[in-house]
Amino acid sequence: MSAAEARVLAPVLPPEVVAAIEAEIPNYPVKKGAMMNSLHHVQKALGWIPRDAMVEVAALLEVRPIEVLEVVTFYPMFRDRPVGRHHLEFCRNLSCALLGSRQLIRHCEKRLGIRSGETTSDGKFSIGEAECLGSCGTAPMLMLEDHFHENLTVEKLDQLLDSLD
Amino acid sequence: MSALPWLLPESGLDLSALADYRARGGYQTALDAIRTKKPEEVTAIVKDSGLRGRGGAGFPTGLKWTFMPPPDGKARYIACNADESEPGTFKDRQILERNPHQLIEGLLLMGYAIHATAAHIYIRGEFAQPYYNLKRALDDAYAAGLVGAGAHGEGRDFHIQITRGAGAYICGEETGLMESVEGKKGQPRKKPPFPAQAGLWARPTTVNNVETISHVPFIVREGAAAFRAVGTEKCPGKTIYGISGHVVRPGTYELPIGVTLRELIYDYAGGIRNGRQLKAVIPGGSSAPVLTADKIDVKADPESLREVKSVLGTGAVIVMDDTTCMVRAAMTVSRFYRHESCGQCTQCREGTGWTDRVIKRIEAGEGTLKDLEVLDDLVRAMDGQTICALADAASWAAGGFLRVFRDEFVRHIEEKRCPFDESFEP
Ligand SMILES: Cc1cc2nc3c(=O)[nH]c(=O)nc-3n(C[C@H](O)[C@H](O)[C@H](O)COP(=O)(O)O)c2cc1C
Ligand code: SF4
Ligand code: FES
Repeated sequence: MSAAEARVLAPVLPPEVVAAIEAEIPNYPVKKGAMMNSLHHVQKALGWIPRDAMVEVAALLEVRPIEVLEVVTFYPMFRDRPVGRHHLEFCRNLSCALLGSRQLIRHCEKRLGIRSGETTSDGKFSIGEAECLGSCGTAPMLMLEDHFHENLTVEKLDQLLDSLD
Repeated sequence: MSALPWLLPESGLDLSALADYRARGGYQTALDAIRTKKPEEVTAIVKDSGLRGRGGAGFPTGLKWTFMPPPDGKARYIACNADESEPGTFKDRQILERNPHQLIEGLLLMGYAIHATAAHIYIRGEFAQPYYNLKRALDDAYAAGLVGAGAHGEGRDFHIQITRGAGAYICGEETGLMESVEGKKGQPRKKPPFPAQAGLWARPTTVNNVETISHVPFIVREGAAAFRAVGTEKCPGKTIYGISGHVVRPGTYELPIGVTLRELIYDYAGGIRNGRQLKAVIPGGSSAPVLTADKIDVKADPESLREVKSVLGTGAVIVMDDTTCMVRAAMTVSRFYRHESCGQCTQCREGTGWTDRVIKRIEAGEGTLKDLEVLDDLVRAMDGQTICALADAASWAAGGFLRVFRDEFVRHIEEKRCPFDESFEP
């Protein structure tokens, strides 16, 4: 049995993700068009995009696995390795930096005992940096999964960290 | 009954619910135009209005629509640019969050005018909530029969699909965007062929920004003259200016094009925070060359800003007070372009990386005067030599800081340290 067949025997995509991908496909004249939305469905469900999931997406979109891999690695938002359960992504571009995003990142690093780019050893938190997130009027800000936390201060950041389990 | 807004509803209000948008007469403009006007008439109104693209380049919208070849019965597309990733820019998000149906109505009208069979909206991946809001609005519009089968009249279907990006600035460039919608890496295509000849899936395509398209219902409803009644002769209408940085009231302000930067900063945004003085302004997103404080009586329109060697870009005004180190500001911006270069063109890939390294070195107090010449050369080498305009943008941004605040670069070199102790950190 080849490695590819072995993978098909042990699917990693939950059935609802497969269904969501299948629902995207008819909206494009070519199946590959559903790539971006499909990968979002995968990442939302699994937190990241493992190789085996890429192989399954490739099969659903009828492309070669390498075509999925090159998309995953090109786009900063797609993760080919796991991050913390709560992934805090700070905007570091100009409008946020002018209002103290670096101090917030440093505070967060100190509080969690990790550097930007790392994950806590219990896998609970990770810190990342992003370029402008289109929220400059409410700077400084961070993105946590599907949500923006805006007009941040050290106090608000502490409250946010306290509220996450 | 309140009237429909030009772009955004009155402050605090949200027209995302279909019933609210329709209660103000929403979608009536599209329904009437599709029933009573020819597609060419809609294009003519938009052309007469003088509307210019709000995505950054300011190209005349009606003229762009006429580049589409005659319909041949096969697929033709709109690519709607909701990537909003030019640093400093947060205006399209207001439309997506508070008035998504106006964008959908604009797409219906535009699609009718250019005989499009479908529109693909490309929204940046980080805009999760705006995406959910837009998707809900679109589902409601489909359910009400406004979009989909027969939307452009008997037997003429018009579909709208949303594709989510995933954090790559280059996908805001129109051909990078099309690659991404097709499910590929967002690397820009060589032009020609232009999108109107061969765009999405090699079919004729017109790319427009969210705000550009959202102006169309107003223009078709109120007429070209109403649109031209405000704004400047060469760039009529209103736009959504976004102000951020060291101001008291950062935010978006929907205003006639051509207000001065002084009015924006002091009258609308409440002036500089913490009682500080203004030092510098970037008037149109991070690609726009920086201006010194003495230039703020300039009108924020494309022609007036060109006279002071900058651009209106996305109308995103970034304000910096007198604590701000301009080398650090340049470094923040150059790090961004280095990070976002897609790597296809040598001048861009190497140029953005090299520029970033040299500016970083100067900020660290380790630069030499020779480094300034290197930067001058890099700025020249990146401009106008590449597949897409990202390298030009990187060149204008760095070139602006070098030209306008050269003395600060020299001070860093001579004092071998950053002399701005109170400045923000990149
Ligand atoms: C590097 C780069 C990034 C861009 N990003 C955006 C963007 O985020 N949103 C946008 O509307 N246009 C962006 N543009 C401009 C588009 O290429 C295109 O000109 C625009 O979407 C056309 O629409 P308009 O005529 O309505 O402005 C970008 C251009 C470049 C070169
Ligand atoms: S100019 Fe830069 S971003 Fe644009 S295609 Fe070339 S390498 Fe890519
Ligand atoms: S600079 Fe942080 S959201 Fe734009």
